[in-house]
Amino acid sequence: MTVHSFQEHFDAKIDNEVMIEPRDWMPDDYRKTLIRQISQHAHSEIVGMLPEGNWITRAPSLRRKAVLLAKVQDEGGHGLYLYSAAETLGITRDEMYDQLHTGKAKYSSIFNYPTLTWADIGAIGWLVDGAAIMNQVPLCRTSYGPYARAMVRVCKEESFHQRQGFEIMMTLANGTDVQKKMAQDALNRWWWPSIMMFGPNDADSPHTAQSMRWRIKRFTNDELRQKFIDVTVEQARLIGLEAPDPDLKWNEERGHYDFGPINWDEFWNVVKGNGPCNKERLDARKKAWEDGAWVRDAALAHSEKRKARKENKEVKAA
Amino acid sequence: MNQFINKNLYGDYGDKEQATGASGTHSTAGEWPLWEVFIRSKAGLDHKHAGSLHAADAQMAIENARDVYTRRMEGVSIWVVESKNIHASDPYEAASMYEPANDKVYRHPTFYNLPDELKHM
Repeated sequence: MTVHSFQEHFDAKIDNEVMIEPRDWMPDDYRKTLIRQISQHAHSEIVGMLPEGNWITRAPSLRRKAVLLAKVQDEGGHGLYLYSAAETLGITRDEMYDQLHTGKAKYSSIFNYPTLTWADIGAIGWLVDGAAIMNQVPLCRTSYGPYARAMVRVCKEESFHQRQGFEIMMTLANGTDVQKKMAQDALNRWWWPSIMMFGPNDADSPHTAQSMRWRIKRFTNDELRQKFIDVTVEQARLIGLEAPDPDLKWNEERGHYDFGPINWDEFWNVVKGNGPCNKERLDARKKAWEDGAWVRDAALAHSEKRKARKENKEVKAA
Repeated sequence: MNQFINKNLYGDYGDKEQATGASGTHSTAGEWPLWEVFIRSKAGLDHKHAGSLHAADAQMAIENARDVYTRRMEGVSIWVVESKNIHASDPYEAASMYEPANDKVYRHPTFYNLPDELKHM
């Protein structure tokens, strides 16, 4: 087979919705795009534990604490599923960590915003996990097998995350005036960053067309964003909260909500590392990695020692 | 053909060591070995591949698999196998590998034309 026929074979599979598996031939750019996207996704799950972990000790009841602990543990698990999927493409775990720690790889900008009150934990579950689900459900049918399988697992677990977040918001919104204000304030601060989670407008998204062609992506950023806004606006009204956008208006003709302009300067600023918590998050990751080095070394040394001891015994017995 | 095949050595499960050896650009020194995890979801069913993880030894791999893959009662039994010990068939030999089964429809019960009146067969 020539490069040409490898390519044809690959294209035919994509067109016929046949999944690509790790040992199949794939174009270099397909591999690179997947490594970039899956590892960013994994990093986002891992860094995403930080803003919420911050509130585990301060959750207002034992029930909330147990739930938040389970959610944060899930995020760790999701990071692991995704790192494993990326590893099948030939990058190692350590290389990915290194890219994260040196700032070469990005993670979702949303986690560079601070969690100031308990209501922020509600807003994150409802909005941030809600936006993530909107993104992730179509990825269950993405063209790369290990990525799709990881996403099926993630989506199964993610829906409790959104529901527990909405429940927190609902409880606050039905509470005292101060609690309701707290819920609205959290919605005000998390609304726009959540909407930006879908990434730049289609016209400014350099990877979208190719990713759609490869069936890595199934919907464009703007399609998913619109879908998210349409359902979330209604959810907010259900509990007496209002999304902080004066231009929000139902458009009968389009069958969608119209919404105001997005502050893309802020988005790019946070992506470039100037968000409120970029440094704090990265420092926390690096510290966890460096402080854990002796544990990793010790476990490896221990297993080698045991292996050697066992081999020694076998030699003696022989 | 060989130069293309080199790119295909990235292991799905297994042959990873060989893959990284072939490309020569990756360092796994200091990384815990990679393990493949198989889970039996309930008694009576097969163990099924669930995913992979890193662990220093088999015991740690099983404990990590419990935490990563069975947080919602997905399993009653776990197998772990170090990924380097798994050997996979070559996708480029798939055509010739499975071709012999193509023209043997008589191996299926629907191949046989029997009278409608025949019951329970």
